[in-house]
Amino acid sequence: MTLLPLIFDGVLGFTLLWLAWQLLGSPDLFRAIVLFIAFGLLMALIWVRLDAPDVALAEAAIGAGLTGALLLAALARLGPPSETASLDNQGDRASVAEGGGLPFRRWLVALHLVLACGLGYAVMSLPSAAPGLSDAVANSLALSGVSNPVTAVLLNFRAYDTLLEMGVLLLALLAVWSLGSTPDAPPDDQPVGGVLALLARLLTPLLLLVAGYLLWVGGRAPGGAFQAGSVLGAAGVLLVLAGWRLGRRFAQLPLRIMLVAGLVLFMAVGLFVMLVGGDFLTYPHASAGGLILLIEAAATLSIGMILAALFLGIRPDSRADQ
Amino acid sequence: MTFFLFFALVGIGLFTLGLYAVIVHPHLLRKILAVNVMGSGVFLLLVALAKRSDSVDPVPHAMVITGIVVAISATALAVILMLRVKGETGRVKLPETPQE
Repeated sequence: MTLLPLIFDGVLGFTLLWLAWQLLGSPDLFRAIVLFIAFGLLMALIWVRLDAPDVALAEAAIGAGLTGALLLAALARLGPPSETASLDNQGDRASVAEGGGLPFRRWLVALHLVLACGLGYAVMSLPSAAPGLSDAVANSLALSGVSNPVTAVLLNFRAYDTLLEMGVLLLALLAVWSLGSTPDAPPDDQPVGGVLALLARLLTPLLLLVAGYLLWVGGRAPGGAFQAGSVLGAAGVLLVLAGWRLGRRFAQLPLRIMLVAGLVLFMAVGLFVMLVGGDFLTYPHASAGGLILLIEAAATLSIGMILAALFLGIRPDSRADQ
Repeated sequence: MTFFLFFALVGIGLFTLGLYAVIVHPHLLRKILAVNVMGSGVFLLLVALAKRSDSVDPVPHAMVITGIVVAISATALAVILMLRVKGETGRVKLPETPQE
């Protein structure tokens, strides 16, 4: 047992806490969001340290990439920093320093310390060796149709959760579309710099390739529908940033079909296996691998489109109507 | 102290920091950031506790992956709500005093 991993973990953990402290306290919101992106990348490193490469892939694509892009775009839409942001930031800082009353602030800190100590005590008093459900998963992994345990849990053993989660994504998009047409929506025809346009052209095919690879490899190695879908979503965000929009022909029905494809196909497969003579979402062993790949392919497409649409924030066809 | 326990405690630290920031900061974008930090803390706790045996428990991993995707959809919704609040009231901060 060398000392090196110990030091590495310590540096990772404390840097993460320090970054969180900095990003929550920094008076400049732009700086806070950039720190949040660094925070996400550091989280991805920690996932690798904790033997969770599947989570690391999802975090690197979503936690660090897409969330950061989303928040930066939101900050840009809040208005020029000279008017709103700097005033808000001053207010923000003042309120941190004194607002709300000092006694209240002291009570709050004390309360949070008690909460942290209580939670810490609860975690420390847990048994230090607990296999959890890993044995159960390992025992029935051969029946699941895939050999990556995380994919097996996501799309076979706990397929219900994943099905409902696709529904949550779709609901979020519905809510965003219903609220979306904000008065200060970003101007559409901003000139795009040559570097960004070139980067989008170079990276998009590469991202598509990576998404396809992650989808294909997900059955037996880290990867899968969520990781592939978020890479696809990143490609969509890049295209949106480079000024590319769906053509009017595709923005209506074809787009909506792609958005719901994952959920619909998931449910269709679930019902189909009932017809064949099983329970909802209980795939027969022989065809489980193929069915999972089919669901994952549709889910990847839908997740990617939904994430890109969430980033865009307004209905793609709303401008065509005007 | 084993290292997964250290990361579990870091997760609790992140959760508490985020919760404090949600309460204290009036700016809505900062609250969204803080809720994301809270979520990261919970994810870290879950995955760290999944490593309590030689064979890593994949169920919390799957939960966290779904959680990350749900977190970004919730963030997107929160951002749109914030922009809507800005559009309706012209401000992006909650009022300091309730009698305003």
